[in-house]
Amino acid sequence: MADDAENRVGNEVVAQVAHLARIQIESDSVSSYAAEMSGVLELAAQMNQVDTDSVEPMAHPTHAVQRLREDVVNETNRRDAFQKIAPSVENGYYLVPPVIE
Amino acid sequence: MHTLTLAAMRKALESGEFSSVELCQHLIDRIKLHNKTLNAFVSITEEQAMDAARLADEKRASGNITGALHGLPIAHKDIFCTDGVRTTCGSRMLEEFVPPYDATVVEKLKSAGAICLGKTNMDEFAMGSSNENSYFGAVRNPWDNDRVPGGSSGGSAASVAGRLVPVCTGTDTGGSIRQPAAFCGITGLKPTYGRVSRYGMIAFASSLDQGGPMATTAEDCAMMMNEMAGFDDRDSTSIDRDKDDYLSSLDNAIDGVKIGLPRQYFDAGLDASIASSLQQAIAELEKLGAKFVEIDLENQHLSVSAYYIVAPAECSSNLARFDGVRYGRRCEDPTDLEDLYKRSRAEGFGREVKRRILVGTYALSAGYYDAYYLKAQKIRSLVSQDFSQAFESVDFILGPTTPTPAFKVGEKTGDPVEMYLNDIYTIPANLAGLPGISVPCGEVDGLPVGMQLVGNYFDEARLLNVAHQYQVVTDWHTRAPG
Repeated sequence: MADDAENRVGNEVVAQVAHLARIQIESDSVSSYAAEMSGVLELAAQMNQVDTDSVEPMAHPTHAVQRLREDVVNETNRRDAFQKIAPSVENGYYLVPPVIE
Repeated sequence: MHTLTLAAMRKALESGEFSSVELCQHLIDRIKLHNKTLNAFVSITEEQAMDAARLADEKRASGNITGALHGLPIAHKDIFCTDGVRTTCGSRMLEEFVPPYDATVVEKLKSAGAICLGKTNMDEFAMGSSNENSYFGAVRNPWDNDRVPGGSSGGSAASVAGRLVPVCTGTDTGGSIRQPAAFCGITGLKPTYGRVSRYGMIAFASSLDQGGPMATTAEDCAMMMNEMAGFDDRDSTSIDRDKDDYLSSLDNAIDGVKIGLPRQYFDAGLDASIASSLQQAIAELEKLGAKFVEIDLENQHLSVSAYYIVAPAECSSNLARFDGVRYGRRCEDPTDLEDLYKRSRAEGFGREVKRRILVGTYALSAGYYDAYYLKAQKIRSLVSQDFSQAFESVDFILGPTTPTPAFKVGEKTGDPVEMYLNDIYTIPANLAGLPGISVPCGEVDGLPVGMQLVGNYFDEARLLNVAHQYQVVTDWHTRAPG
């Protein structure tokens, strides 16, 4: 379990996590994100006040299990309606910058 | 006309005292007037609403009643997708998003005959306790425009409190129906997890999110619940169980009802003025025959810390869908796909949302999962077990909804953790998936105070029954801001 020192997040961690989350963070705001994230993780560290080794993690509040359905088509194709709200489409395809040079 | 409850409006429409057109036009005029100061609405759907009102009046004249809410005005929190009507979720990311379908809740209320007057403002993606995180600006509390209405359903709460619309939909992930209801002096119910469909309700933290009604009275909440609740096979976590008739039990006597008072809620940390409002409420409920016992909810103090891991973790997964490709904001002239993702998300999300995505991504990343997410889910089990144990000996649990009355705009924006501690009394019910209601029970320095009742799973009808019986003998819920 993380100790207090590990709950402090440095600038390099913010940059790494921001990359994983695919969010551009301006360099002049990295340290303020680091401070705020550290504050939240410090709050989270309160969880360590209690020993949970023998506790089962909660999967669902009312212990419901995932419902399954027949493997049949149950929705109509609404591609035109969905693509109408896309930023950029052509001939039924979503357009993004080239990924292969 | 605007001070009437939904139930009273229904009677007035039935008796022909006024028409749906007159009612809706009057309220839309009020919304336009007061929105300049309150900023409670992101969109006002006047044209669609007035068309629907005219149709409702015509149908009524020919004896054709659509449903229990025929011709009655409502508004939706802007998190519920509305077919053909912009749905922003309080975010720049969805500033121009027009959904091609209705959320189940929207569809159900529409088919009951309700008329939607507009979409209410909210904290971006429902992340916030003050409604200061909206891309469309902060909402003001109608009791004191220098104060926040609470969040994240702050626009809904301010609209109902300001008598702009009799009822609104809201959503509650960590208190987002109950906390603004308390701050604005109205009644708000968070149902059992799975009771109200999440289909078309833009996801924040899927294991916690639950939609519910916000109104001046418990009776109006019951009218809304009768339409909103029920199984939906389009929501994979919807519970396949018959809904109750939430209206038919409102008049039941509540003598002999056992209510637990958690020692942990009434300790020295509780604001003295809130404590005295609660003591008065307890005395009123005792007169109605309720029996009070002290109980323990030993792990409650860990709820906030667990919540601020679980909610960001789930938000980081859910909000991964906003990629600038299929819908929502896209940055100008992306150089490559990574640039497209990173800048679209940087431009589309506000500070609080970014922070939560970062915290969540961190907590779920390799090497940290056990220490944070798994640990938090174990704490959830402990919090939930405390409740189960308590419900072996009591029917309901009573406590404060919030630690203080509404605070000032800007007062807590500097420190996220201080803001998060606002949810200390509301979060436990979300972690356990239990239903909870906030009911106005007093005033401190001219600001409303709310009490919270938490019930056992699927006990919404009895919660509404107790709240209604309390409202029959008290008048806090009838007080409107000056």
